Amino acid sequence: MLELKGIDVYYGDLQALRGVSLTVGAGEVVSVIGSNGMGKSTTLKAISGLLHPRAGSIQFQGRDITRLTPSAIVELGISHVPEGRQVFPSLTVLENLEMGAQFPEPIRRAGQTLEQVFAYFPRLKERLKQKAGTLSGGEQQMLAIGRGLMSLPSLMMLDEPSLGLSPLLVETIFEIIEQINQQGTSLLVIEQNVFHALGISHRGYVLEDGGVALSGPSRELLADPHVRKAYLGL
Amino acid sequence: MSLALAFQLLIQGILLGGIYGLTAVGLSLIFGVMGVINFAHGQMMVMGMYISYWLLVLLGLDPYLSLPLAAGAIFVLGYVMQSTVVNRILDFPEAMQVLPLVAMGLILENLALLFWGPDPRSPSTALGLATFTLGSATVDVSRLIAFGLAIAFTVFLVLFLKKSATGKRIRAAADNRLGAQLVGIKVDRVNNIAFGLGAATTGAAGALLLPLMPVSPYLGHDFTTTAFVVVILGGMGNLLGALVGGLILGVTESLATLALPATLKQVVSFGLLVLIMLYKPQGLFGGRR
Repeated sequence: MLELKGIDVYYGDLQALRGVSLTVGAGEVVSVIGSNGMGKSTTLKAISGLLHPRAGSIQFQGRDITRLTPSAIVELGISHVPEGRQVFPSLTVLENLEMGAQFPEPIRRAGQTLEQVFAYFPRLKERLKQKAGTLSGGEQQMLAIGRGLMSLPSLMMLDEPSLGLSPLLVETIFEIIEQINQQGTSLLVIEQNVFHALGISHRGYVLEDGGVALSGPSRELLADPHVRKAYLGL
Repeated sequence: MSLALAFQLLIQGILLGGIYGLTAVGLSLIFGVMGVINFAHGQMMVMGMYISYWLLVLLGLDPYLSLPLAAGAIFVLGYVMQSTVVNRILDFPEAMQVLPLVAMGLILENLALLFWGPDPRSPSTALGLATFTLGSATVDVSRLIAFGLAIAFTVFLVLFLKKSATGKRIRAAADNRLGAQLVGIKVDRVNNIAFGLGAATTGAAGALLLPLMPVSPYLGHDFTTTAFVVVILGGMGNLLGALVGGLILGVTESLATLALPATLKQVVSFGLLVLIMLYKPQGLFGGRR
């Protein structure tokens, strides 16, 4: 459903991605792993239209989305839950969730989607009238994922969902991410927590120096000597 | 100093302060959402004054009736300014954002000069000279109407931002631009609307001011600085703070004429600015950033 073909992305004169190719199939969970500064977040930003590649193309459900605006890309069904959550601190939890639904169909079904979000994250329902800025880091992550679900995405991209969370909360978040996938949403997950990422994904890509160094089924990557040495410290 | 005079000045100060507040609310909204200071703000208000002046002289339309037209025209002006100029400079350092906006102010001021000439004009309006007495003080009816409408517009704007879908989008974009982009909000367009609304409030303030003081092209500069002082007083980006700040500045300026010549009123407002910067730089009611 999503296909990146050899994209080059630059920040000014600095090249961040070199010919990255990657696919996500319908219903699939794909993880992208790699150390800091290797281009993981940049890849997601290129897909969601925050950055535009200088070369290569991005196709989504058979459509070329390489040059579309972030808003148009959300409307087509890609939702990006960014690193650092990026919730709206002075808006209430409910308002944050409402802002997740910007287009006619998601707005029409907002009530139903809200119930679904509360089923995943009962905590959010308790905090409905509270300002998002007063939430804990874990609650903000739940809110960011919930907000991302409000646009009824067929592909959801998660950037470091476990960053800064307690181990117990990380378990919870990953369980819910799996549930979201079982409801039919494809996922593209970036994680530093390589064990977890490969644990929940079908396939994985290893990014090194802005290019794909290695890719394959997650089980094979977990057994790969390079991955074990560089990312798992085994 | 007579108590009656002080009471008269207090009332006048409160009533004028409402209009200060209204234009400052617009400036504060623009700052709160975009993080830029609209240095063309007073000039936009003067444009609002001239538009209602024109509608009065050419069509005989009273300023209170032409107010929606003046506010609407200045909304469009603000929308166009944001979409053509301000959206491009949002990521620039603050010092560089100042210049294009000061330039817009100069352009507006000189357009006013071109269309209406340098002489102050004070048209007579239906309620221009109507007054009533309150205790020992005389109250201008047009000042009272201006005050009431200024409060009403501010409350309306606050409710609009709080409750409406567009208002929520504006607040979301102000809170976190990246987050807003990622949920699919068209941030540029939301910014255009926010700048337009801020401009419309100052345009409305212009229409309300027309019966109260002669309009001239050079008025804008003073009102930009007045609005700026008020916004700092109330807290940058805090709309209700701007309204209350306007009242405080109006009263202070007015009461100061008891001791100082009226021509020195800017000394009072800048004195207040210096005090606030020294002792409460976040403003009396706290700012957004």
